[in-house]
Amino acid sequence: MKRRLRLLLPILLLGLAVILSSCGANVAKQDALQNAKADKTIVWGVKADTRLFGLMDIKTGKIKGFEIDLADALTKQILGKDATATMVQVTSDTRVPLLKAGNIDAVIATMTITPDRKKVLDFTNSYFNAGQSLLVKKGSAIKSVKDLKQGTKVIGVQGSNSVDNIKKVAPDATVLQLSDYAQAFTALKSGQGDALTTDNGILYGMSQQDPNYVVVGGSFTQEPYGIAVNKGQTNFVKALNKALAELRANGDYKKLVDKWFGDIPGFDAKEVS
Amino acid sequence: MITIITEHWGELLSGLGYTLGSSVIALIGSLVIGTVFALMEISTYKWVRGIGRTYVEIIRNIPLLVITMGFYVIVPTFFVKIDGFTAGTIGLMIYTSAFIAETIRAGIEAVSTGQMEGARSVGLTYSQAMIHIILPQAVKMVIPPLGNQFINLVKNSSVLAFVAGFDLMYQGKIIASTTFNTFDTYLAVGVFYLIITMPLSYLMRYLEKKWVTA
Repeated sequence: MKRRLRLLLPILLLGLAVILSSCGANVAKQDALQNAKADKTIVWGVKADTRLFGLMDIKTGKIKGFEIDLADALTKQILGKDATATMVQVTSDTRVPLLKAGNIDAVIATMTITPDRKKVLDFTNSYFNAGQSLLVKKGSAIKSVKDLKQGTKVIGVQGSNSVDNIKKVAPDATVLQLSDYAQAFTALKSGQGDALTTDNGILYGMSQQDPNYVVVGGSFTQEPYGIAVNKGQTNFVKALNKALAELRANGDYKKLVDKWFGDIPGFDAKEVS
Repeated sequence: MITIITEHWGELLSGLGYTLGSSVIALIGSLVIGTVFALMEISTYKWVRGIGRTYVEIIRNIPLLVITMGFYVIVPTFFVKIDGFTAGTIGLMIYTSAFIAETIRAGIEAVSTGQMEGARSVGLTYSQAMIHIILPQAVKMVIPPLGNQFINLVKNSSVLAFVAGFDLMYQGKIIASTTFNTFDTYLAVGVFYLIITMPLSYLMRYLEKKWVTA
């Protein structure tokens, strides 16, 4: 009897797991905008490993970047000058689960608006038009996506759609997916891959950090970044779009773009905004 | 969870293969390396003991992820090119060997000293006595803790996911990020780990019953 029980227990647990999985979590059904207005806070999911967009400043312990400043400006535009924007660090593969679970109100983390994502999330209008490109070591034989042949190893980041794109554009190349951009760049530097692919804005940041690596081949996709909120938060999306339009109109948006991207060679502010 | 398993059967199965492969290689390797260092730790030479202890103390006090990242990033930069799977498996092997060394050392020390004295007195050399008399008794005694180490090893192989080693966890992360169904995906991944660890657990229990009480 005891032995049979021991065998049965895992099976029972499995059954429980199946049942649990069928009832999805409905944590974030409330109106995020009303919650935000009530406590004068918007909780933003931001990147902390991406130069120019959101990067942890080790000395101060604060995350800095274009998206951080924009999130701050949007919060103040919607909720008033005394509102606070709380920044929560996310990565490409944690940002959607965190948003779905209601841990964060909105994601402003180099997230491209795609049809697949639109099925589970709502997006604002684009706040940055990036395009996917390649980063290689200076002098590399790879000059564009056409050089990604059989046996070429391309490094990407888990959960980013640049990985799906590269599989379509260069189906013969092997794709290695790492957890975040810092790790991906480290892997490229140690020769684990021949090229690193993601959106050009991020790649420019890496190239700026280590000039031995250069962006090649121009961009081969259109990657409009949008702010993501949970599916069904229509009021919140409207408020964010309105605030974004206001920031564009009063020139604050352009100031932020100039502040972060103004001195980057080959960067076209008109193309992205 | 069922839909995740049926739709991503291929990925999960290949992940299972990589996890199993890495685990088996690391298990055999760490058992051999661990036994060697256990023998060094109880050596009669002071300097050999010193090497054994230093290895065990350093390796078991560094997180597995750090060791693995070391092999993934540092080794290819300065020495040979190794991919994520190799780096992860070597890291796993080295890391586990330190724990196995400690386990086996405890087993050897638990065998009464009279056994070694008796074996030596009938004319066996130190290594003969060790291989034929002491180690068989020691291994039987440490089967339960050794089983724990093996199960830990299988679970620890999820570290491969962080160095693009194509294992179960890696596939799970990718499936989760493409389907956005994190909850079900990790449930499925958990079930696949159980497929490896449960039989292993029962096997160790069987061996324990068969040998330890004998």
